[in-house]
This record gives sequence, C-alpha cells and structure tokens, in this order.
Amino acid sequence: MTTTAKGPRRSPARPARPGRRPLTLRRRESRAGLALVAPTLLVVVAVVGVPIVWTVVLAFQRVRLATLRKTGLFGEFTLDNLDRVIHTPGFADTLWTTLLYSVGATLGSIALGLVAALVVRRPFRGRALVRASLLLPYVAPVVAVAFVWQVMLDPQFGIVNDWGRRFLGWDAPVPFLSQESTALWTVIAFEAWRYFPFAFLFLLARLQAVPGELEEAARVDGATPTQRFRHLLLPQLMPVIALLALLRFIMTFTKFDDVYLLTGGAAGTEVVSVRVYRFLTARADVGAAAAQAVVLALALVVLVALYLRFFARERES
Amino acid sequence: MDRDRIETVTLRWLRRLVVAGFLAVTLVPFWYMLVLSVRPIERLLLDPGSLLVPLGELTVDTYAEVLRSVDDGGQGFGTFIRNSGLVALAATALSLLVALPGAYAVSRLRFFGRRQVSALFLAVYLFPSIVVAIPLFVVFTRAGLRGSLGGLVLVYLSQTLPVSVYMLKNYLSTIPVSLEESAAIDGAGRLGIIRRVSLPLAAPAIAAVALYDFMIAWNEYLFALLFLVDRPDRWTVSLGLSLLADGVEVPKTVLMAGSVVLTLPVVLLFFAGERLLTEGLTGGAEKG
Repeated sequence: MTTTAKGPRRSPARPARPGRRPLTLRRRESRAGLALVAPTLLVVVAVVGVPIVWTVVLAFQRVRLATLRKTGLFGEFTLDNLDRVIHTPGFADTLWTTLLYSVGATLGSIALGLVAALVVRRPFRGRALVRASLLLPYVAPVVAVAFVWQVMLDPQFGIVNDWGRRFLGWDAPVPFLSQESTALWTVIAFEAWRYFPFAFLFLLARLQAVPGELEEAARVDGATPTQRFRHLLLPQLMPVIALLALLRFIMTFTKFDDVYLLTGGAAGTEVVSVRVYRFLTARADVGAAAAQAVVLALALVVLVALYLRFFARERES
Repeated sequence: MDRDRIETVTLRWLRRLVVAGFLAVTLVPFWYMLVLSVRPIERLLLDPGSLLVPLGELTVDTYAEVLRSVDDGGQGFGTFIRNSGLVALAATALSLLVALPGAYAVSRLRFFGRRQVSALFLAVYLFPSIVVAIPLFVVFTRAGLRGSLGGLVLVYLSQTLPVSVYMLKNYLSTIPVSLEESAAIDGAGRLGIIRRVSLPLAAPAIAAVALYDFMIAWNEYLFALLFLVDRPDRWTVSLGLSLLADGVEVPKTVLMAGSVVLTLPVVLLFFAGERLLTEGLTGGAEKG
C-alpha cells in the first residue's frame, strides 16, 4: 500500500500549484483508479502474464535443462519441439484421455452436486452440519485425499477390496488404479467426488433464490414434485449448470495433481499435463514441455470456443 | 393414492436415504484416515476391513514418529509444517497486499482501460498453472532460486493473486457506493475513504479471501514438487507426504498420521471461516 499511497494523496494538492486548472472530480477518480490498479496489474502481469507469453516462446526454441544456463532468452526459432511432441508415442491418446477425463469428471461432479443441492435444499435438523460436511472433499488437501483413496482401493489391505470380497462376493481383489479397464474410471470418480461440492455450492445458492410463490403456484395447479423439478426448477438452474460445466471443464482439462498422485499417469490415465511434467523432468526437455503445454492450451481454447458457440445458439433458439 | 401423493412420500424417504449416502461418501474417507492413523500396522494387515479401533489397539506412536525430526529417527513433519506454514502465511499476506488496491480500483473507480483490466484479471484466473510452471521453472533454475522458500512464495503468488483479485472485486462491488459518497461529502479524501469506510466494511471478505489463499498455498502440490524436490529440509507437508508415500519403507499407518497432520489445519480453518463467510457483507453497514 505504501507505493500506492502517493498517487491519490498528491493529486488533491496539485490544484494549489499556480498556472494549473483544478482537476475535475472525474479526472481525479480516473487518476486514483490508475494509481491503485497499477501495482496489482504489474504483479499479475509479472507472475502470470509474462510466463504465459514465455511458454509460447520456449515452445519454439531448443532448450534443455542441462544447457539452460547457456541459452539466451531469444535464440533461434525452430519447429523441432512441436515435431518431437507430436511424434512421441501416445500424443493422440493423451489428448483423448484428457478429453474423456474432463468430460466425465465435469458431468459427474455437476450431477452429484445437483442431487446434493436438491436434498439439502429444505431446512431439516442438522442441515448446517450436513452442508459443511459435504464441502470437505473440496477443501481438504489433494495429497491427503488422493493418498486415502489409494489406501482404500489397495488390493492388499484396502477396505474397499476387503468389503467387496466379504459382502459382495468378489472372487479376487480389484487393482482399481493399476489396471487399464478401471483406472481411468476410478480417476474420474475421484475427480467427481472431489469437485461435486463446488457445483453443490453454486446450485444450492441458485435454488434458494427461486421464489417460493413460483413453486406454490405450480403445486396449486397440480404439478407433482418431479414435474415441478423438470419444468420449473431445472429451467431456472440451466444457466448455472452451463456456467459450471464451462468452469469445471477448463479447470479439469489442465489438472495435474489428481491424476499424477493417484496413478502417476499409468494404466491409460496419462493426461496432457502429466505428459508436460514428464517432458520437463524425466526428459529434461524444456522446449518439448513448453510445446506440449501450448498444444494443451490451444486444444482447450478450441473446445471452449466450440462450447460457447453451441451454447450461444441454444440460448437463441 | 394419486401420483402427487406417491411422489411426495417416496421422495421424502428417498431424500433421507440420499443425505445419508452423501454423508457416508464424504465422511468415511476422512474417518478411515483418522482410524488408520491410530492403529498399529500389524493390526491393519490382519483386519483391513475395520472402521473402528478397539480401545486396546489405540496408539499415538504413529504421530510421534511422523513428527519427530529425521535425526531422531522420525519423518521430520515438524519441519514440513513450519515450511508450509511460513510459505502459506507469506503468500497470503503478499497476495492480499497486492490484490486489494487493484480489486478496489476495478470495482469502484472509473478509469481508462478499466474494462480491459477487469477482463484480464478474469482470464488470468482461468489460466492453467501447468502452462505458467515451465517458464517459472526456467527462471528460478537460472537465478539459482530453486529450492528456496522465498522463491516458492513468489511462485504461489501466481496461484493466489488471481483468485484474490477476483473474489475481492466481487465482494467490494456489493458494498453500497452511497456509504463512500457520504464520507466524501464529509470531506474525506480517497485514501481516507478506503481506510475508514471501505476496508472495515470489507473486513469479513478480506478474512475470507485470506483463508482461501492460505488453503490454496497450504494444499499446493505441483510447484512444491517442481521447485523443492532436491531439498528435503525445505519440503512442505504436501510434498513430504507424497514423496514418503512413494517409498515402501514407511508404514502406511504412519503416513496416515501425516495425512491427518496435513488435513487438520485446513479443515479447522474451513470450519472457522464458514461462519465468517455467512456473516453477511453489508450487514455491518446498517448497524454501524
């Protein structure tokens, strides 16, 4: 705050100087605004803006971790990185896995969140406590919850396999996180579990804003509970659901921690961000990592643009 | 019985069932974490399906081992807690300090380029951290700052700052402008207005954002992994837990104690902050 304090404090003093017209209130406001926003903007650009642009630059340069100290900021440009990224086995597979993972997790978390919001909507005893408990998966550290899931699903001493064999009659323990047929689904389920509270919060807030008279009127007209949901609540919720779908999709598409911690990208769960990390650390190939990150960002932009276009058309009709 | 009656009765029972199901799904993993952290590892291997601890089995040796320093044969989580706490506190303080003036300006003042700046703040909020990670990694490696906690605080700004600006902006625009205008008529300058009117009114919001920032920084994993992995004395709790879990030699029950140590501060803060969030933001304005 000390740096920002100068601007606005100085400006009222200025009109006293000879030969200067006093500043209008409007111009004073504008100056104060610029002075206040400048430091924030500067830091945001420095810690986020510059790195984003730099990633694009790095994607077209030959940079390796070992030679990092020697390479200049703007060396010669090359398309080799992109070529290497595309021709390293699994390029298309990871993109497809990322898409499946994001769509599955987004839909799963919204569906769970919607059901949760509907059942917690009306007051009952202990409702505040229930609501707080439902938010736990979202606030808890990802490392801790991923580790708990790993242990719970462990074929040897995990509770899920123990109960599955005791109560559900499974013949053999299921290695959920290490076999191809279940790993991706398990990761999607984890993601839906961890992020349904996010959807739950948004949807609950919207549900509580629906005027009570509206539902009362529908009831008087003979609409049953499911009809009231289908024709009254759902249309009210649709804009929020559409926004949630967009937000969750963007966040999940680039997510790294969850998949990396659960499976390390094994058993057909390698998403693009895990691949970026591998290029960066295991191969120490900064250029290729940057190129892969750019591919990820581009894919995201294209998908979001498609979604927005589709959604805008839906709303018009 | 007509359809309305049938549906109403069925849904009433279904609702109770679903609430119970949701509670089980969200709470059991945390309960399981707690139970495993106080059981001896031999008992876990013999009876993996138990969700209860017989009183005779109860042990806190796991916590002693996880918290003891490495020199004393423990896992050194005491150091990790200190590291995590320091980094999270510093990142929170710094991002609030930087975010507040900008959020205030964007929510209140009309200036040249306001809309563009506002849009930029939102875009930055949605930008993936893995894309930001690579150049930061390059810069810090070149500057020799990899493995320094101070460097990590700067990196965490890229995570907490966009969220803080975004949240504060939204909160600040709910405070009625009329309050500030009356202060201006009473002769207060812009800074006086901010200090005496806007900041006190936004106090609950600032506290909520601070809690949120702290949680982000405390829970963060990717950047800690990229920047601190070679320096075990600088590990955060998240990083320490995940790296120790990769090895085989540390018993799972001890690591569960580590998970509880990692989770507890965040959950306590969350329950403390929930009340804060619900207090209503303009509520104080009418009273005071």
